[in-house]
This record gives sequence, C-alpha cells and structure tokens, in this order.
Amino acid sequence: MKLLFGLAFSLSCTAQQTPTPVPAPQPPPPPTPRFVVVLDAAHGGDDSGAHLDSGQLEKSANLALNIRLRSLLTARGIQVITTRESDISIDLDRRAEVANHANAAVCLSLHASENGSGVHLFASSLAPAQPTRFLAWKTAQSPWITRSLALAGAVNSALTHAGFNVTLGRIPLPGVESMTCPALALEISPQRDSDNTITAEPDNPDYQARVAASIAAAVLEWRSDPTRTEARQP
Amino acid sequence: MIPRYQKILLALLLIASLGMGIKLWQLRDHAHKSLLAGESTAPTKAPEIAPAEQATLVAANDLDNSLVPQMHSLPLPADPGARARAVLGKLLDLYAAPDSTHPVPGGATSVDQVFLMPVPGARPSNSSAQLAVVNLTGSFAASHPSGLETESLTVLSICATIRANLPNVTEVRFLVDGQQRPTLAGHADLTRTYLTADATPTEGNRP
Repeated sequence: MKLLFGLAFSLSCTAQQTPTPVPAPQPPPPPTPRFVVVLDAAHGGDDSGAHLDSGQLEKSANLALNIRLRSLLTARGIQVITTRESDISIDLDRRAEVANHANAAVCLSLHASENGSGVHLFASSLAPAQPTRFLAWKTAQSPWITRSLALAGAVNSALTHAGFNVTLGRIPLPGVESMTCPALALEISPQRDSDNTITAEPDNPDYQARVAASIAAAVLEWRSDPTRTEARQP
Repeated sequence: MIPRYQKILLALLLIASLGMGIKLWQLRDHAHKSLLAGESTAPTKAPEIAPAEQATLVAANDLDNSLVPQMHSLPLPADPGARARAVLGKLLDLYAAPDSTHPVPGGATSVDQVFLMPVPGARPSNSSAQLAVVNLTGSFAASHPSGLETESLTVLSICATIRANLPNVTEVRFLVDGQQRPTLAGHADLTRTYLTADATPTEGNRP
C-alpha cells in the first residue's frame, strides 16, 4: 500500500514539474510618490507677530489661514502636516525639522501684515546651489531655490487669476532657508481698492477663504506638474 | 645733650619737608589751571556747514515691493561714517513723512551711528572693501511696523542707499542701541551680515 502511495506521489510530482506555459509576471506599478504639504503658521505663543488694525494678532490670523488651507487641501486628498495647531511657541529650527522630516513637496510659511496690499510671496534670497550629500543647516534651501521660484510662479498665477494683487520678492528668510523642499513665505496684507482704501483686513474670514482657495488650486496644479517630482530629490 | 649728627639730620629733614611742600603747592596750582582751561565751553571755532551734494537714496515702496533710486541734494560731511549717517537720516526722514510710500516713524534721529571698518578676512585684491555697522535706536525698532515685506524693505533700502553713496561698503550689519537684536520687528533678520550687492535694485529683479 505504501509503495502504491509513493509511486502515485512521485508521478504527481513529475507531472507538476512538467513545464507549462505561464504568463510572465507583470512588474508591480511604481509607487506613487507621497505628496505632502507642510503648512507653517508663523509666530505663536509668546511671539505674537504684528498687531493688525482689526485688533487681532498676527499669530491668530496665521493660524486661522493655516486651518482653512489645511481643510481645503485635505478635502482634495492631499496629506497636510502643520507645524502648529494651537497658540504655542515653536522656534524656527523646529519648524524646519518638521518640514524636512516630512519630505514635503510644498512648504508654506504663512504670515499676515497690515502693510502693503494683497498677497506678498517671498522665496529665499539664497543663491541656487548644486545638491551635495551634506547640506549646511542655514543654507539647506539652496538646492531647492529653483523649484521654490517655480512654486512661487504657480501660486502667483493662481492668485492673480483670482484677482488678487500679488507682489513677488526674494529676501532672507530664516527658518525657510533650512527647509529642504520647495518653500515660500506667504504674507497676507489688506485688500485695497484703486483709491488705496482697505476693503478687507488680513484676518477677514471671507478674504482668507478666497486666498486659501487660490493657494489650494495652485498646490493642485503643482502636484500635476510633471517636473515637480524633480524637486523632491534635487 | 643732642649729638651733632642728629641736629644735622633733623635740619635736612626739615629742609626736605619744606621742599616737598612747595613742590606739592606748585603741582596743585598747575592742575587747577589745567582743569579750568578744559572746562571752557565757549565756542572757539565756528561750525562748518558741509556743502550740499547730490546723494542717491534708494527708497522703498510698500505697494509694489520695490526699491527705487531717487536723487536728493543734502549737506554731506567729508567723513565717510558721518556721510553714511547723513544719507540714512535723510532716507528715514522720507519714510517718516506723511505721504511716504513706506511709512515708518522715527526719522533721521533713528540712525544713532554708522561705523565703517575693513571687512574682516577680505581678500588682498579687495582690501578697500568696508563693513558698515548701522546702529539704530531702540525706539525706531520698537515703532517699526511688523511684517515680512515692510521690514525687509527697510533693511534692504538702507543697504542699497549705503552702497549707492559709499561704493566701498560691501557688507552691512545692524545693531539696535549698540546691541545685537534677532529681528527688526519680528521678521527681518538682524543677526546676519547683509551684502550690499544683493540689495541693489536691478531691472526686473525686485528684492
């Protein structure tokens, strides 16, 4: 009996080893790179920032815009990491650490001011540099400058399309200059009419909602930009 | 009976005491006269008014985030440090004016001093390069509007104005009441050294 079972088992094994046409396995699709947006509401805690004419402090206006923008982006399926969600004090290095750990595709530092008009977009004034294995902390933004300027162009386009007065500039930006991602500082100023009269303060909810919607549109456009992925590993 | 040698010694000591007393009186008199001469506050020389010269002030505009060179005629001292203080004072007077395009209170008195010194570690080929240390008053920093744009424009317009009038100045550092301060009013970094070449407005390249 055992002999019969052994014979049958060896025959079945022989049959299984017979080569049969099997379709070649398809390689798994490349993983979609994570698209993370880091929102940094500037100031907080003891650092109140500017005093707005409405009586509100800049740190509160920044946090309000931060929350609006986070909601809009999350609703569009974008992963958002914020440096603060409440009125707490965080130093600039810690904010950059959060952004760098996230390996973000977009980093936005949010500010508000009573001076000027419309929305001010700032990229760092650091000179573009080739990426190296080790980056100096204070100038880690250098290899991303070109992509930061491209991001500024996308945000500027979206804001201008929505009818906002936008000014662009390059200035020293402590904190942002330690971020290893396409990074901008965005400052909301009062909305003014042609007579230079203020029509909306920087903390006006409707004004902030419209600005946030334009930024969200710019981020979506940035996500679909085929050259954008080059920015993640310059 | 006092020995003779002791009498001679006593006489010598008396003569020495008298001599020292006379010398002390003369020194005191001399010091008193010197003191009186030093305390004289009467003007002995009429102040010289520097001749008016053309100076370039690189003025900021908050509405379009621009730096625009303007020519102004103002008295400029010969000393480079005083010259730098004069042009910056005029620039801040423009900002304090009611119709300013970059309103900042304070005016000319907001620039306490400007020190000029060789750039530390400058190459021999650029040995004439100078570092300007601008000492602002605490009241100016305290009253400066807070914001990324407005603070940056103030700092960059100061750097550009210094470069326009003192081309040898390649770097600028800022102090407030003689002390280093992290930011001007919460945003513009005052701990770094600014390169004047980076602040100079160029066509199509805003700060």
